[in-house]
Amino acid sequence: MSKGRFGIHGGQYVPETLMNALTQLEEGYRYFKDDPGFQEELKDLFNNYAGRPSLLYFADKMTSDLGGAKIYLKREDLNHTGSHKINNVLGQVLLARRMGKNRVIAETGAGQHGVATATAAALMGMECEIFMGREDIERQSLNVYRMELLGARVHAVTSGTKTLKDAVNETMREWTSRVDDTHYVLGSVMGPHPFPTIVRDFQSIIGREVKQQILQQENRLPDILLACVGGGSNAIGLFYDFIEDAGTRLIGCEAAGRGINTAETAATIATGRLGIFHGMKSYFCQDEYGQIAPVYSISAGLDYPGIGPEHAFLYDSGRAEYVPVSDDEAVLAFEYLASTEGIICAIESAHAVAYARKIAPAMNKDQIIIVNLSGRGDKDVAAIARYRRIDIYE
Amino acid sequence: MNRVKEAFSKGKAFIPFITAGDPSLAVTEQLILKMAESGADLIELGIPFSDPIAEGLVIQRADERALIGGVTTDKIFAMIKRIRFQCDIPLAFMTYVNPVFTYGTERFMQKCRDTRIDALIVPDVPFEEKAELAPYCEKYGITLISMVAPSSHDRIEMIAREAQGFVYCVSSLGVTGVREGIKTNIGAMVKLVKSVRDIPCAIGFGISSPEQAARMVQVADGVIVGSAIVKIVEQYGEDCIPYVAEYVSQMKQAVGCPDFTEL
Ligand SMILES: Cc1ncc(COP(=O)(O)O)c(C=O)c1O
Repeated sequence: MSKGRFGIHGGQYVPETLMNALTQLEEGYRYFKDDPGFQEELKDLFNNYAGRPSLLYFADKMTSDLGGAKIYLKREDLNHTGSHKINNVLGQVLLARRMGKNRVIAETGAGQHGVATATAAALMGMECEIFMGREDIERQSLNVYRMELLGARVHAVTSGTKTLKDAVNETMREWTSRVDDTHYVLGSVMGPHPFPTIVRDFQSIIGREVKQQILQQENRLPDILLACVGGGSNAIGLFYDFIEDAGTRLIGCEAAGRGINTAETAATIATGRLGIFHGMKSYFCQDEYGQIAPVYSISAGLDYPGIGPEHAFLYDSGRAEYVPVSDDEAVLAFEYLASTEGIICAIESAHAVAYARKIAPAMNKDQIIIVNLSGRGDKDVAAIARYRRIDIYE
Repeated sequence: MNRVKEAFSKGKAFIPFITAGDPSLAVTEQLILKMAESGADLIELGIPFSDPIAEGLVIQRADERALIGGVTTDKIFAMIKRIRFQCDIPLAFMTYVNPVFTYGTERFMQKCRDTRIDALIVPDVPFEEKAELAPYCEKYGITLISMVAPSSHDRIEMIAREAQGFVYCVSSLGVTGVREGIKTNIGAMVKLVKSVRDIPCAIGFGISSPEQAARMVQVADGVIVGSAIVKIVEQYGEDCIPYVAEYVSQMKQAVGCPDFTEL
């Protein structure tokens, strides 16, 4: 079987034009991964630029309000640029620069990955172009301007459903037209090998920190880890260091949109089937002829018809579970966290918060749930207001 | 003789591409018959996909029109079956891996054999992932076409060694679409392929004019033209058939005429 497999999933299903670039990336990564100079520079960026380690915060009020398991929040929302995306981006842009590339391109859904990429490009003096679905540009106009302030060019993608999957298509097309000087900073644990591995490795800092922090604070491992899943990078980042710890349940929260029994959903594990798309074998929302479904979620960052291959494998093997969370539940959780803990989280992360609210009350008081707050919610405030039919000016 | 090879046995080959179901399957059926009459040596028929990542805007729009029109893989097979009563031209399907995989790779190849589809071109299955399709292609006698690109460099040897039918030489970086100039050294690419294996080489991506086509066949065995034809289909819709037929005979003439550029 080909390279980069997680069980039957993964692989490198891309046009021939990209194959040498992927091989170079794999070789470059293998070299720099173990290079002390590279690791030192990355650690310095993590600690002194991105603000790591991020806090593991005991949500006291939420815990007593729900009356069950203890709830901790991993505060990736406090990272520079406001989400976990910066972990992956600093790693990849640093790698690209070491490999002699001077231009980076990226897709973005919610705009968080685009902002993070534009930020790293500004910092490291690289040219940067971002591809974003026109629908998402409208949903997340603040992030578009943010990217432009950072010196990136933002291209509106008008093909297909005009959301995240189309942005990925367009970025891949752009990459095939300029592979030599350009690195594609893929934003999640998806796409062709070696991306799922590279992105997972850079994001796994989340789980490593969590393990240390929870042992320090509670002197025991958590019972449940919760994270939202779009492509799955914040989730795998949290899960990865716990895969061998059988006592810790790993639960990914997918965007059910208006419900898994409707067509307006992005819950891949709940509604998708095995397929091959965006360079990988995995699960995808699609019709009986293999046409990719036009998925929907209130959350632009989870509005993706697939899931990373390592998650597909964790699902197959039963090591991780995946549950659907609807728009309504996510919005309620978004509001709940704001009013109980004073934290406005990303609508993506609110999907994981919603599931914590659902399961915590039935658990024992000495059990522990850790929720990954993958991002902050400033970008979503206007959309939530619209959802509540409140008129505000951005 | 293998029918794909046969397409290259009567001089330089002209290989037109159209998207099945654009603007309708009835028109596609007529286009195949007329293109065959007008001198096409092999026809590449696209099974539309929702997310064609190797295509430029022209073919993206064709896929979208076809899918909105309700075309499906089964309807395409049914249309080919009808065509086979009238026309025996070598046919290659061009599609992406997910429509094949989700249809059921074996079932797909079986239907290809039953409708006498000769070859399959799947741009998102590179050499390393060939095992996804090759065993089934072999079982049902479908030729799996390999592609080489300007960025392939040292990969060409490995690809050529196992290539079947013909090698699809991608003329330029990027996606399909009409291009003004083709800067790649196609001659060197073809030479490299042929140094490994005596196999026909057809150039595709970006070719639109008879002059370009004539220049390409000075170093290769055939040309593949997609976007330029799909553009005509887009412009004339249901009425496109005579325009496409005219274009195909012009192009066939250009590739068949060794010193066209000096004319
Ligand atoms: C804050 C936040 N969380 C989660 C996601 C989903 O991505 P992933 O599943 O890769 O973590 C995004 C994507 O844009 C995001 O911005």
